Amino acid sequence: MVTLNKENMSVTREVDVIPFRNRLKEMATKIGMGLVNQTKLITAASELSRNMLRYANGGIVVLEVVSKGRENGIRLTFRDEGPGIADIGQAMKDGFSTGKSLGLGLPGTRRLVSDFQIESKVGKGTVVTIIKWKNG
Amino acid sequence: MDKIPILRMGDLLLVTIQVDLYDRIAEALEADLVQAIDKSGAQGVLIDISAVNIIDSFMGRIIGNIAMMSKVLDAETVVVGMQPAVAITLVELGLQLSGVLTALNVEKGMTLLRSKIAVKDNDPEDGNTE
Repeated sequence: MVTLNKENMSVTREVDVIPFRNRLKEMATKIGMGLVNQTKLITAASELSRNMLRYANGGIVVLEVVSKGRENGIRLTFRDEGPGIADIGQAMKDGFSTGKSLGLGLPGTRRLVSDFQIESKVGKGTVVTIIKWKNG
Repeated sequence: MDKIPILRMGDLLLVTIQVDLYDRIAEALEADLVQAIDKSGAQGVLIDISAVNIIDSFMGRIIGNIAMMSKVLDAETVVVGMQPAVAITLVELGLQLSGVLTALNVEKGMTLLRSKIAVKDNDPEDGNTE
């Protein structure tokens, strides 16, 4: 996989989510991603930035345009230094939440994107990486 | 802070969401709308989301809450104009929006709302037999 374009944005306040979503939309439009896939990607990004804000007081998002073979896509890496997730398996289950939410955030997000990776260390932080292929 | 206006039209309240939604605006709308129903005694609420590009689980939950709360206050809620891409995403996300009435556009939503209110007014079990 080759990275064609890379930039960072910090999400530390709730309003930061809007410029982030707009930038993401610009990038997705630029590589010719269709409206449905764009909407899925931005919704997934919205879920993950909320998690970052709610549980870790924000963090950094890396936005990349990536290419593999003939396929282009967008990779997002959400990195925070929050409390981490003790049981990732549980957090990925539909309906599980330690907060007040519906518990759809992580499992729902995984359904919306082409690739989903999560790494977390308790006390260190969490890194979530998602990829959405243009036609995926 | 941005605020979503709530318009009153007879016994209905109209909300057209024209801004990018984020959590605090959605929560403020929920609170404002419940108060507006209480104050005006409105029987129906129409929420137009045709300009909304993104609804994630949090905002979806707020929409569900609004419908539930207005029901408790004896008003019906209809959500109109959801973009197809948003509908596809919501279903895949796993959000069911159960209990929320929807219609394709404002006109159809209005008709649905009117019929719901008429049914309620004619229901003898409601103690409203006239």
